[in-house]
Amino acid sequence: MGWDMKRGLEGLDHNIFTAKVEDLVNWSRRRSFWGVTFGLACCALEMMAASTAHYDLGRFGMEVFRASPRQSDLMIVAGRLSQKMAPVLRQVYDQMMEPKWVLSMGVCASTGGMFNNYALVQGVDQIVPVDVYAPGCPPGPETLIHAINTIHEQIQNGELLRRREARGQGAGAGLVVEQRDGQPQPATAAPIGGGR
Amino acid sequence: MRSDAVTTVSSDASRTYEGSQELTPRKGAGAAELMREVGSVLRMSEAEVAALADEEPAEDETMILNMGPQHPSTHGVLRLMLELEGETVLRSKPVIGYLHTGMEKTGETLTYLQGPTNVTRMDYAAPLFNELVFSLATETLLGIDEGVPPRAQWIRMLLCEINRMSSHLLWLATNGLDLGAISMMLFGWREREETLRLLEMITGLRMNHNYIRPGGVAADLPDGWRDGVLRVLDLCAPRLDEYDELLTGQPIWRARLQGVGVITADEAIALGVTGPILRSTGVPWDLRKDMPYLFYEQVEFAAVVGSYGDSFDRYAIRLHEVRESMAIVRQILDALPPGDYRIQDRKVTPPPRARIDESMEALIHHFKIFTEGFKVPEGEVYCAVESPRGELGCYMVSDGSAVPYRMHIRGPSFVNLQTLPHMLRGGLIADAVAVTSSVDPILGEVDR
Amino acid sequence: MSDIEATSGFGDESVADETGAATIPEPETRFGLPVTRSRGQQVLHPPREGLVDLVRRLRDDEGFHVCVDLTAVDYLAYEPPRRLPQDVAPERFEVVVGLLSLETRERLRLRVQVPADDATCPSLFEVHPGTEALEREVYDMYGIEFTGHPDLTRILMPEDWDGFPLRKDYPVGAIPVEFKGVQNAR
Repeated sequence: MGWDMKRGLEGLDHNIFTAKVEDLVNWSRRRSFWGVTFGLACCALEMMAASTAHYDLGRFGMEVFRASPRQSDLMIVAGRLSQKMAPVLRQVYDQMMEPKWVLSMGVCASTGGMFNNYALVQGVDQIVPVDVYAPGCPPGPETLIHAINTIHEQIQNGELLRRREARGQGAGAGLVVEQRDGQPQPATAAPIGGGR
Repeated sequence: MRSDAVTTVSSDASRTYEGSQELTPRKGAGAAELMREVGSVLRMSEAEVAALADEEPAEDETMILNMGPQHPSTHGVLRLMLELEGETVLRSKPVIGYLHTGMEKTGETLTYLQGPTNVTRMDYAAPLFNELVFSLATETLLGIDEGVPPRAQWIRMLLCEINRMSSHLLWLATNGLDLGAISMMLFGWREREETLRLLEMITGLRMNHNYIRPGGVAADLPDGWRDGVLRVLDLCAPRLDEYDELLTGQPIWRARLQGVGVITADEAIALGVTGPILRSTGVPWDLRKDMPYLFYEQVEFAAVVGSYGDSFDRYAIRLHEVRESMAIVRQILDALPPGDYRIQDRKVTPPPRARIDESMEALIHHFKIFTEGFKVPEGEVYCAVESPRGELGCYMVSDGSAVPYRMHIRGPSFVNLQTLPHMLRGGLIADAVAVTSSVDPILGEVDR
Repeated sequence: MSDIEATSGFGDESVADETGAATIPEPETRFGLPVTRSRGQQVLHPPREGLVDLVRRLRDDEGFHVCVDLTAVDYLAYEPPRRLPQDVAPERFEVVVGLLSLETRERLRLRVQVPADDATCPSLFEVHPGTEALEREVYDMYGIEFTGHPDLTRILMPEDWDGFPLRKDYPVGAIPVEFKGVQNAR
């Protein structure tokens, strides 16, 4: 007589049902999931395309991208992250409230992409903990929606929070970020955040 | 040399022990003098401004506020340091570099065939223009610029004009979003999706196509391309009229854009500004008409020119440029000749895939072109095209090897951003959003 | 540079007369400066010292009102002989200025030699205010200082960055990528 969550509200055939609070919280978290605007480069255009009429993130409750990190749950790092922008990324991530998720959109955000050089951080997971990586250059809106749905699924099963606890970290991921202080750039170009 | 205010000198004060000193009368001063005198650029380093943040500003002092680099206006990672008195912007300074990707350095490690993949990500709203200017520069260095087949040149023109349409539609959408006309955002993206679908059919990718390559284009137009193009044109034309009706006469739109962000022709020329900003001041400079490349002298179109130099003129120019691009595309449909889509020079163009199985020479050429790259004779050249933002130029130096020795892209937005302090002075913060949007910067080509 | 290069070191072709020997064309000058042609584009080679006056004269008298581009090249690793006019000594850096005339629709390029040990160049800001950002970029990427520039700070890299990225002795900074674990390939 439990409520079959997968069928959503159609599964309800009683007026009173029992469920775990955790499941209800997860259910609501995934369906009201706002992102913070962090479009950096070309991927930002595909992110905007995903939120407009043709691909429509509004059907997932995500048509709104909040400018303020205090009001958002998801940070989609869309585009290449340069050395100058890295502290800004960390600052915006820190300002988001728990629980928060990070989607690394595009290959430049995931690994540095085709730009293996001095100017880019080779993967934003050096700065912030990433939950889902969306490959592509740029990933089309369908890929982005698939990545977002993957996060949704993982929120629904509580998998992400389980993983974080298992690793002994909170969502802050325990990374140490050092501000660049003018030290000479080593030849292997260790970016901000300490290397891998 | 900072003068924050214009001072008038009385005749007594003008006599100093060094002799009488007078200011040049305002009318006689050129654009450079004017800009220095009015003092709109906030020339403080970022470290100095950060140090100021720790102090409490007094009541009567002006405040220096940061706008960006992460802000909801959809123009990328631009940071504006604004010196504010209340809500009025006095001096400002655009701080860039938050998207610096080292593309020019990477360009020195990639072959000429790989080059378009690199440069196409600079101006990511109009990627085919970057590829075009890179290919034109390479072809000029190779000496094959006359040898590129006409069909390839016409296909390049076709795709560039479609890309100009999609870039201006993107601009209309984001400009609407910045000013609060959210429906324009949705409409603009709807049209852009149509053009992107067309480009995907032709080039294989929605963005960053890597389709225009030295020697021609990567592949011929697929079957059904003509219907696709006609469909897009027939769809866009009435909808563009709708947007015109929605926005142009709208009182709020007008009030927010007319008279906002004014720049004069002298200032624009002194700053090296090109594109819709220069044309909005009344200077009819369009590289497609004045220094034509490809086959632009064989198509009829108008260069749209404004008169007041304000944001409304720039909006109107870009709206009309979409119409002009559609007219050009229609003419290209009729004029497109049959023929090769790439030059037949075996040193530059890879052979068709089928021939690799038959001919050893073809296999060797294919191998050499894709691994080592073709060598370009030494020299240096500058080529420019008219991108949706202005003059996009490529200065290339070759040392005879398979990679460019120096590849510099003159991004129009980089130079156009210098107008921001002069346009923002005296306006409100809300105007700052409108003006930044009307300059249409794409930070990818600003920072490279 | 070979002898032929030294005496007729401009243009991409040399003219041969009936005996087959190369004749040396009259050196082309404009505004008192030697002119070379690069793929048909006109290039002047002014010295550093008179640069600002030359550009001012080009703007006021000759109609080159627009400074389109200002960039630099580091010729440290350039192997082929430099194609420069006879009395222009090649240096490590070159500042390249692009000018445009709206009336005559003509482009002109100036290539200014800048030595490595004295990497300065007079700033064109007084003549073309639009070079402010372009000169800052050249300073940021090459370390060439522009005397007379109002605000010569880094523009693309963080302000406290060490080194000048586009110089040829600055590494690309690529991280070596290894594909691990190709064991027991079937």
